[in-house]
Amino acid sequence: MTGREIELIAGMTAVTFLVRYGFYALGDRLAFPPLVHRALRYVPVAVLTAITVPMLLLPDGVHWQLTWRNAWLAGALATGLIAWFWNNLLGAIGGGMAVYFLFRWLVG
Amino acid sequence: MPEARYPHPGSEAWCGARDSLPMLLGAAPFGVIFGTLAGPSGLSATATLAMSLCVFAGSSQFIALTLLASGTGLAVILLTTLVVNLRHALYSATLLPHVAGLRQRWRIPLAFWLTDETFAVVSLRYGEPDTSPHKHWYYLGSCLAMYSNWFLWTLAGVLLGRSIPRLEHLGLEFAMAATFTGIVVPMLRRRPMLAAALGAAAVALAGRWLPYKLGLMLAALAGVVIGTALEALEALDAK
Repeated sequence: MTGREIELIAGMTAVTFLVRYGFYALGDRLAFPPLVHRALRYVPVAVLTAITVPMLLLPDGVHWQLTWRNAWLAGALATGLIAWFWNNLLGAIGGGMAVYFLFRWLVG
Repeated sequence: MPEARYPHPGSEAWCGARDSLPMLLGAAPFGVIFGTLAGPSGLSATATLAMSLCVFAGSSQFIALTLLASGTGLAVILLTTLVVNLRHALYSATLLPHVAGLRQRWRIPLAFWLTDETFAVVSLRYGEPDTSPHKHWYYLGSCLAMYSNWFLWTLAGVLLGRSIPRLEHLGLEFAMAATFTGIVVPMLRRRPMLAAALGAAAVALAGRWLPYKLGLMLAALAGVVIGTALEALEALDAK
C-alpha cells in the first residue's frame, strides 16, 4: 500500500466509525425526551421506504418504469402482499424473488 | 410475560445471521463489483481489501472509487464519506435505547458493524415483544454475517471479477429490495406509519438527483416529521 492509500483508508475508517459510534459512546448518559423517542420509531419505515421505492419505480436509476413489465415492481408487490396477509418475512422474500425471476424470464 | 423466542446467545446469533441471508445475497454483487472496479480506479489489491475490512460501508466505498478515479483530493473524499454515512447516526440513535445498557466492549464493535441491512433486521428483532436478554447477540450474528460476506465478495471481485461477466445483471440485488419491502409493509397498518412511508417515498423520488444521498436524508426527515405529527394529531383527537 502507498502512503496515500493508507491516509485514505485511515481517514474513511475514522469518519465512518465516528458517525456510527457517536450516539453509542454516550450510552445511558444520553436520555432522549419522549418526543424524540416517538419520532425515532418512524426511522426504520422512513429510511427503508426511501431506499426501496426509487429502486422499484426506476430500476436503472434513470427511467420511470410504471408498467406491468417491471419485474422489480411485480416482485415487490408479491412480497408486500405475502407480508401483509401472512406476516411471514422469509416467505414474503422468497415469494417476491420467485415472482421477480419469473417476470424477468417472461419479459426477457 | 412472553417466553424468550431464542433462549441462548448462540441461537440468537445464529438467527441474526440467518435472517440476514437475503441481504447477504443482495450485497454479493456489489462486493464483487467493488473489488473489480477498485483496480482500474487506482487502488491496489491490498488497499481494496483493507478498505472493505476497515471502512465497511458499501456506498461510500463506491463513491470513494469514483472520486479517486477522477483525481479528487483526500479532504473532499473524507467530507463526502461523512455526508454519505450520516444516516448511520440516525440508525445508532434509533438503536441506542437497546444498546445503552451494554458495556463499551460490545458497543464499539456493534457500532463499527452497523449497516443499512443490519439495522433493518435488528430493529425488527428489538421490536418483537419477547423479553430475551440476548437480543444483542442477534445483532452480533447479523454483523458477523454481513462483514465476512462483504470481505469475501470483495476478495472474489479482486481475484476473479473479470471472469464473471455482467454479474450485476443476475438480479440478486432484488433480494435487498424484497427484504426491505417485507419488513416495511406489515408496519403500515397504523395510519401515521403509512403516511410516514408515503411522505418518505415522495421526497426520495423528488430528491433522487441530489448529490451525496442528501435526498435520502431529506426523505427520512420528512417521513419522521409526518409520522410524528400525525400521531400527535390522532392523540389529540382521541382526547
